[in-house]
Amino acid sequence: MIRSSAYEMSAALAAGDITSVALTQAHLDRIADVDTDVHAFLYVDTEGALAQAAAVDAARGRGEKLGPLAGVPLALKDVLVQKGIPTTAGSKMLEGWRPPYDATVVTKLKSAGVVILGKTNMDEFAMGSSTENSAYGPTHNPWDLSRIPGGSGGGSAAALAAFEAPLAIGTDTGGSIRQPAAVTGTVGVKPTYGGVSRFGLIAFSSSLDQAGPCARTVLDTALLHEAIAGHDPKDSTSINAVVPQVVAAAKSGLVKGMKIGVVKQLNGAGYQAGVRTRFDEALELLADAGAEIVEVSCPNFEYALAAYYLIAPSECSSNLARFDAMRYGLRGGDVNGASAESVMNMTREVGFGREVKRRIILGTYALSSGYYDAYYGSAQKVRTLITQDFRDAFAQADVLVSPTCPTTAFKIGEKSDDPIAMYLNDVATIPVNLAGIGGMSLPAGLADEDGLPVGFQIMAPAMQDQRMYSVGAALEAALLTKWGAPLLSKAPIMGGRA
Amino acid sequence: MSSLSRDDVAKLAGLARIEMSEEELVSLASEFTVILDAVARVQEVASADVEPTSHPLSLRNVFRPDVVVASLSPEEALSGAPAQEEARFRVPQILGEEA
Repeated sequence: MIRSSAYEMSAALAAGDITSVALTQAHLDRIADVDTDVHAFLYVDTEGALAQAAAVDAARGRGEKLGPLAGVPLALKDVLVQKGIPTTAGSKMLEGWRPPYDATVVTKLKSAGVVILGKTNMDEFAMGSSTENSAYGPTHNPWDLSRIPGGSGGGSAAALAAFEAPLAIGTDTGGSIRQPAAVTGTVGVKPTYGGVSRFGLIAFSSSLDQAGPCARTVLDTALLHEAIAGHDPKDSTSINAVVPQVVAAAKSGLVKGMKIGVVKQLNGAGYQAGVRTRFDEALELLADAGAEIVEVSCPNFEYALAAYYLIAPSECSSNLARFDAMRYGLRGGDVNGASAESVMNMTREVGFGREVKRRIILGTYALSSGYYDAYYGSAQKVRTLITQDFRDAFAQADVLVSPTCPTTAFKIGEKSDDPIAMYLNDVATIPVNLAGIGGMSLPAGLADEDGLPVGFQIMAPAMQDQRMYSVGAALEAALLTKWGAPLLSKAPIMGGRA
Repeated sequence: MSSLSRDDVAKLAGLARIEMSEEELVSLASEFTVILDAVARVQEVASADVEPTSHPLSLRNVFRPDVVVASLSPEEALSGAPAQEEARFRVPQILGEEA
């Protein structure tokens, strides 16, 4: 059962073929079996998950009307707060902290009857592309345990790929949902900015951060998307509009007559051969399904990475000022007579990891007087140019597509000493965040040279998220016909009870 | 070419309230030379006629009705405090330090 889709699990639960308690226990057993190797989870809430499951079973027994995901287990990225459950954001700064409230995403999951299994590993404060920046050790890619599962949401993606959970929540500031999905052969969506509440999401870069759904199929991702989306009065940047009909789009999967724009700048040099081959094949399948393929040019995308690595660190240098050792989290150096300032300095020295410090310092520099116009100000202008590029491109195409990442999963440790090489992983995912639009990654197959998953990215205009699901479902169906079985059936089988 | 010296990094670390070892200051300074070169590319296209974008949405103030709603109890608000005293956060001395 753990290899089924959430949609199938939901049907089995509704039909009474299985209870949520049994389904939840099966996933807890799987976690016990394989997570020593994968390390997708930072905390497993065995008791809480089984209690949630029992409550759903009881409600079903009483004949209550339940949502489509009621009783289905989920893995929650550790950057979203859950009341009473240890929440660290992958940082020593928050070790042992138990939040006194639920994020709106968590409130919505609970009211939908989704069973939260636990909290997943991530790069510290969501800064990274490999999960190697977690203060609690890296997560391993289920396709090859010596490789990274992507980041920052590597734990959520690895949990899906290792069948530890059928659903997961991620957050995406520059690709942290889509890049892990790509390198683990799973599906992930960064919704339109403002489509899902950020209340209770520990902030990294507030104008870029967006929580979103992760799963193994496009339809499961859509079901989770609708469960967590919608206006939230507690988030002033939450969009007050009807949620895009993503489930209907995922079920229909119609692309006939749609124009699909291939972004010229997000392909070619720097992209691994196997990535390009699978991408080109996917385009052929979409054309066979009736879509029209056009090429579009977004000339300013080549500046997106540079703009992002000024904007995100600038915002993070401000957001992470809250970790001041006064109200919650770590406090160090509080010896008799120590000043507040020295306590802050000492706490932040030991509480933050290397990459977080690097970005705080970079952001502090980019925002400092004398350099503001040259760095942060210029980056904001590039943001305008990228948004204009998208506007022009969407005048020619309904959705835009590209490979999600330039390469497949690299080895753990391979790029950890080279920040620029690491940052290049996000070259194709970042433009979406800068413009605040939606992006999806779904599996396109395995690269011939290394047998590792390749991701296909679909981008849609703001609040047109359903278009990604139409195209994603069409491609997924065509690939399934071609392969005869889901991509993850080719992943190495782990654990004694798989 | 942009670069930051060890002393520049030390000043920024002070502003950001992060104590740093000598080793960290030196290695960050050398990394920043590479990183700043890469990010300075934004200046190539950031001409004066381009408006800056700070946020993907046009932001406006959002108000809610001025009515009392449930909030954290003092115990909940203090539940993560590193130190507390008399239902308040206890913090290190901020004024009038004596050596």
